Amino acid sequence: MIPAAFDYVRASSLAQAIDLLRDDPDGTKLLAGGHTLLPALKLRLASPALLIDIGGIAELKGIEISEAGIRIGALTTHAELFASEPLNKELPVFRQAASLIADPQVRNRGTIGGSLANADPAADWPAVVVALKAEIEIAGAHGFRRVAARDFFVDIFSTALAPDEILASIRIPRPKPGMRFIYRKIRHPASGFAVVGIAVGVRLHGGVVAEICIGVTGAANHAFADQHAADFLTGKMLSRDNIDQAAKLLGETTECLSDRYASAEYRANLIRVEIRRALLALSS
Amino acid sequence: MPEPDNRHIVTLEINGTRKTVAVEARKLLVHLIREDLGLTGTHVGCDTSQCGACTVEIDGQAIKSCTVLAVMADGASITTIEGLTDPGAELSPVQAAFHEHHALQCGFCTPGMVMSVRQLLKDQPHPSEHDIRHGLAGNICRCTGYHNIVRAVESLASKGDQP
Repeated sequence: MIPAAFDYVRASSLAQAIDLLRDDPDGTKLLAGGHTLLPALKLRLASPALLIDIGGIAELKGIEISEAGIRIGALTTHAELFASEPLNKELPVFRQAASLIADPQVRNRGTIGGSLANADPAADWPAVVVALKAEIEIAGAHGFRRVAARDFFVDIFSTALAPDEILASIRIPRPKPGMRFIYRKIRHPASGFAVVGIAVGVRLHGGVVAEICIGVTGAANHAFADQHAADFLTGKMLSRDNIDQAAKLLGETTECLSDRYASAEYRANLIRVEIRRALLALSS
Repeated sequence: MPEPDNRHIVTLEINGTRKTVAVEARKLLVHLIREDLGLTGTHVGCDTSQCGACTVEIDGQAIKSCTVLAVMADGASITTIEGLTDPGAELSPVQAAFHEHHALQCGFCTPGMVMSVRQLLKDQPHPSEHDIRHGLAGNICRCTGYHNIVRAVESLASKGDQP
């Protein structure tokens, strides 16, 4: 399969990429790892006039960990997130989630920024960054702005990014002592995407939930932060009864997608099963 | 701004040799390798980044060349199956293990499998059977000859050979 013809420019800086993008935002696509965009072009689901290759822009690379927090450049690949020792020492959920994405070759090229900006409703990273209470740093003509991950995903394949903006990095607060994260997914056997994926961060204090954040992907039009189950569990023990009730709440309050892979009822059930498993793992 | 059919000059190192080729922006790396450079050991299978028959190494990393534009490889160093050994010369360790363990039937997936096994053994020199199956998840063998492929990789793991 051959994509329709397009022009191609390799941008050398973020400023140059934004300038090029502003010329014709609707006719332009940004190319990073290309592992969603190129299959879409080959299937002629998109026919942009111009591709801006942002893959060589140094400002969009790297993982930095400082007192202030963690910065992950948009171009960081799934394989780099899997392999980074400093990152996984702080947040082993990155290795755990990365290992569940696609296959080794795809992980070598696909980027976290591409995954988030594409906002596939079944992608894995959206749930993880929501549970991490991350902020998405966005570059535009007038500088940078940040959007909370929970507000970034607005609809199917749709985000808070304006057509002339570029996702620059993911900013994650340093986890408080005792904060633990887990990501679980029911993997579609052919595509590898999440039929349902749940990321949970929990901090227990004296056996009681002091802080909890739940990110859900695959279930609805876009990844979202659950509030109902989280509010219910805050201040409570992670007992089997409480976990069961939280799971029931999450299943009831999610407006699940229905497609040829999984009905809404089945997805709601998978949510209950996966949140229960995640919370049981975090309770021990 | 150049016209969409303008050609782009791509210079890359392929199996140790420097090449410069003019390509259309939409040309896929796998087609550059097969058509412009005549290296037909890299196969196009599914053409949808599932099957791994097109796996080559870019700068030492296994990737699916049906999902990379040729222009994106400008300046890169690429290794294909032809780069592992010269015609008639001794097989590379992964190829020899595949031969020894009859790890191929029709052979269509084999070049991609071999390239992925190199990545797997680089990441995990002593993989378990589970590691091998997980590490080769991006390669599909439609003859379903997976058992002997796993045995071939296990033999390399126990020998500790470099791929």
